[in-house]
Amino acid sequence: MQEPPDSIQQISLTAPPWTDDNESIATQETHPGYALQMHQAESFINELLARADARPASGSLLQYLCLIQRQYSCIPETTVHVLAERLSIPASQVFSVIDFYTFLHRTPRGDFDILFSNNITDRMLGSQALFGRLCQILHVEPGVPRADGRVTVDWTSCTGLCDQGPGMLVNGIAVSSLDEKRINEIAEQVENKTPLKQWPADWFEIKDNIQRRDILLSDQIVNGSAIEALINKGAENLLQAIEQSGLRGRGGAGFPTAKKWRFCRDTKADDYYVVCNADEGEPGTFKDRVLLNSYADNLFEGMTVCAGIIGAKKGYLYLRGEYLYLREALEETLQQRRQSGLLGNNILGQEGFDFDIDIHLGAGAYICGEESALLESLEGKRGIPRKRPPYPVNQGLFGKPTVINNVETFINAAKIAVFGADWLRAAGTEQSAGTKLLSISGDCERPGIYEYPFGTSVSQILADCGAADTQAVQVAGAAGTTLTADAFERSICFEDLATGGSFMVFNQQRELLAMVKNFSDFFRHESCGFCTPCRVGGALINDLVNKVMVGHATQLDLEEMKNIGSLMQQASHCGLGATAPNAVLQTLEKFPDIYTARLANRSFEPAFDIDAALAPSRKITRRDDPGAHIAYEPEQSSKP
Amino acid sequence: MKPPVLTIESGKKPRLATAALCGCFGCHMSLLDIDERILKLVDMVEFDRTPLTDIKTVGECEIGLIEGGVANTENVEVLRDFRRHCKILVAVGACAVNGGVPAMRNQFDVQDCLEEVYLNGIGVVDPQIPDDPEIPLLLDKVHPIHEVVHIDYFLPGCPPSADTLWTFLNELIEGKEISFPYSLIHYD
Amino acid sequence: MSATVTFLLDGKAIPFQDGDTVMDAALRAGEYIPHLCHNPEFTPHGSCRVCIVEVNGRHYSACTLPAAENMNVDNSSEAIMAKRRSLLQMLFVEGNHICPACEKSGACQLQAVAYYTRMLSPHFPHFFPRRSIDATHPDIIFYHNRCILCGLCERASRDVDGKNVFTISGRGMNSRVIFNSDSGKLGDSELSISDRAASICPVGAILPKSKGYQVPIGQRLYDTRPISLVGDSNIRRNDKT
Repeated sequence: MQEPPDSIQQISLTAPPWTDDNESIATQETHPGYALQMHQAESFINELLARADARPASGSLLQYLCLIQRQYSCIPETTVHVLAERLSIPASQVFSVIDFYTFLHRTPRGDFDILFSNNITDRMLGSQALFGRLCQILHVEPGVPRADGRVTVDWTSCTGLCDQGPGMLVNGIAVSSLDEKRINEIAEQVENKTPLKQWPADWFEIKDNIQRRDILLSDQIVNGSAIEALINKGAENLLQAIEQSGLRGRGGAGFPTAKKWRFCRDTKADDYYVVCNADEGEPGTFKDRVLLNSYADNLFEGMTVCAGIIGAKKGYLYLRGEYLYLREALEETLQQRRQSGLLGNNILGQEGFDFDIDIHLGAGAYICGEESALLESLEGKRGIPRKRPPYPVNQGLFGKPTVINNVETFINAAKIAVFGADWLRAAGTEQSAGTKLLSISGDCERPGIYEYPFGTSVSQILADCGAADTQAVQVAGAAGTTLTADAFERSICFEDLATGGSFMVFNQQRELLAMVKNFSDFFRHESCGFCTPCRVGGALINDLVNKVMVGHATQLDLEEMKNIGSLMQQASHCGLGATAPNAVLQTLEKFPDIYTARLANRSFEPAFDIDAALAPSRKITRRDDPGAHIAYEPEQSSKP
Repeated sequence: MKPPVLTIESGKKPRLATAALCGCFGCHMSLLDIDERILKLVDMVEFDRTPLTDIKTVGECEIGLIEGGVANTENVEVLRDFRRHCKILVAVGACAVNGGVPAMRNQFDVQDCLEEVYLNGIGVVDPQIPDDPEIPLLLDKVHPIHEVVHIDYFLPGCPPSADTLWTFLNELIEGKEISFPYSLIHYD
Repeated sequence: MSATVTFLLDGKAIPFQDGDTVMDAALRAGEYIPHLCHNPEFTPHGSCRVCIVEVNGRHYSACTLPAAENMNVDNSSEAIMAKRRSLLQMLFVEGNHICPACEKSGACQLQAVAYYTRMLSPHFPHFFPRRSIDATHPDIIFYHNRCILCGLCERASRDVDGKNVFTISGRGMNSRVIFNSDSGKLGDSELSISDRAASICPVGAILPKSKGYQVPIGQRLYDTRPISLVGDSNIRRNDKT
């Protein structure tokens, strides 16, 4: 057995752990996370801090914690205290961050930490059976490290592999296209302690899967040409071009991009920031995965153009933790751009045009896709959405004016800089210029990335991706819109169906309630917990969905779901809580049968399973007489 | 959903039943605290099953008052029996409303509770956990009664004051919408 | 001097200054908007949502909503009160609020706001979470059962006491207050009984030791008069020593 790493030389700040030569394979007893000596923690953190001096993004608390987690498969308490002291922050703040992000743990995970993607599309591809099988052959309880510390098998929120699912993460690295054969082989690798880097390379291959290209994916620009356009035309002219193009944010909300940039530019400050939101967490969305893989230069070009316009010296790419495997290539692209004079000081020879980009990794929190929660996360805090005003364009990252845009938005901006406003205007509709990338998954023959001009109808899209006998389409993810067949003539655009790009197809054979339950579970798990309606309401509505699933709900419970959902929409602090009940409320309205078919034939049902609540007492007293049970009661009087 | 209004055939007195589940009987004591008004109450209602009459089975009633939470099999059975027989069922007092003090045992496993009381407690003689089928079995948690049957009205308080109970019964029997002044709403 | 600008709160004109929230202006004018996580001493939080109001068909938390001229704010319709009741009921079932056994009863803002909205039951099923008590501090006790995650202790300790004793940790329903000390115990923290954070809790989560049940029932803060007239239990009172 290999020795656990005791030297910081063995870890690399940018490279994923599976490229390390001395991969840690340790048992629970010898696990470095246990009984970590103070001096070890100190030297490890000293090294991290020394490296961070040169890399500001990695100076964020969250980045340190990600590295410690990867090194020790948990955040040993010793490291928390050392880190808190070095960063001059309370240890409780460090703990609060660990407890917030699902990829960070206080106690060790297995040496192989295997997380199955829990999106409904993964489930439709059979992930539950594969999960059960892997647990069975590895003899592990879900979520509990095996006694020898070798492996943990658990679920995680959508990993963005819906077009080639079921997907999983092994020590943070994505594995796609799971089937029984691959599960058996993975189990074998785990039992053999095969270091991850020696696993078959094709398991880690993630295909772009671009099925339809339009202007954004087809019209290529030369690296640096957008920055040159900025230098030649000047910031104001270029901003006007973006304004004229009608570009709107591609994250789903559709705020006019030029307006955002101008607000930021017009705010007086000594520092400005550009932030790219690549925390693509909306279930069923994976288009940023493809853009980051194949269009990273365009993205960085767009961010640099934005920096030139607003006067930012510093940019951040907030990369969702699930896309860790993309990081190395992204760092290389950044390095090449520095070498080509497209990043760094005096970009393209322009005196004083200084801008650089750092990559900041997320750690498993959907809420960090909300722009102000993302800023909090970048600042090393829990991802709690800020109150507005102030808006990020006025007081964003570290209190400075900040532009935050989606990956796709920046790429559009770069191309508008080169091709002009009309290039975008030529496609799309009056209020929605250009195209939209859709991430299509679920019941269709050709899942993948589809680029469409805004205004394309759902029925057209369904025909193109080979969807037949479609019962429902979920547009814009778990927080989005559930469409019935009579709404398939509606179109993708800000005037009608605004979306960040998630497009999940459900055929007539699907039990739609499974989708509702999956989304409701998701929101309960992902609520940041800040405000009452989302934190508690989300849990209450989730319990009621489960009550429906097991056939114990009544009409009263459906009314209750509507009331709670409506309160969540009206009273929540941010968009997560306000949209979390959407799937429940919309299916209650559009697909009432999926609920009524499962209702108990009674007017009232208890809130809990009474007979099951007697089980512990039965066990203790070893009673099983009729009096030790509560029968399911026949219909009570006419109440209510 | 609006709570139901009591309708009574003219010339008939509404029948009233009461029961205590997992509680301390304090709510019943509070009912007795209406003092001389109890004579008026006797004029207003016909008592059915209640500890005050010692009638053991509940008949068809207009009003059922339940004190206490649901902690064991007997509580469930009595509560269901009341629900079947009472047109209007009322949760009376903190324990019925939210589990109250008995629900503080929900912080512990039922096994730990039983072991502490019957095996490891101070002064325990002949330690054994009772297992006689005559003894109602404990639920793993104490629940408020609205989690087990549908409840029409809630009277919070530990106990609800005599005035609260009196106001409620009067307004209910008069067919009014129940409304309490500030001073009659309290949770302790 | 510019002319006084006002907005309407339940039809009544409320003057406000630049930078005021609806809550700021209303409180200054002596108008009550129910609230729990808000305290005028601290920057608004906007987490409990109990101060929900309706303006032009949209809902906001009054404590974070900037006042604007001619805004028409609904603060007391039955529809708004019903929403507040539901939010309070959510808080009641989320924790373990056994009022008869709580030293804060009678002077508790959660209770008082619930009385004000005429909440008669918690309505929802209870979660009955298992939460601990930290009694390690010589003068102060912390009941996690009663915490409503208002964040006031966090703000008070950080912004007034300069100590950062309290931090809200975790996520979703697993959110909880943790303490900044080597052991994680309150007793090992820098908290002192004279700290603002020690007296800021609107509920019975943070309490001084050896002082329970001192005020007889009937004479407690909210026994006879509603919070709308009495005011918050956690504001600084000059007559208090």
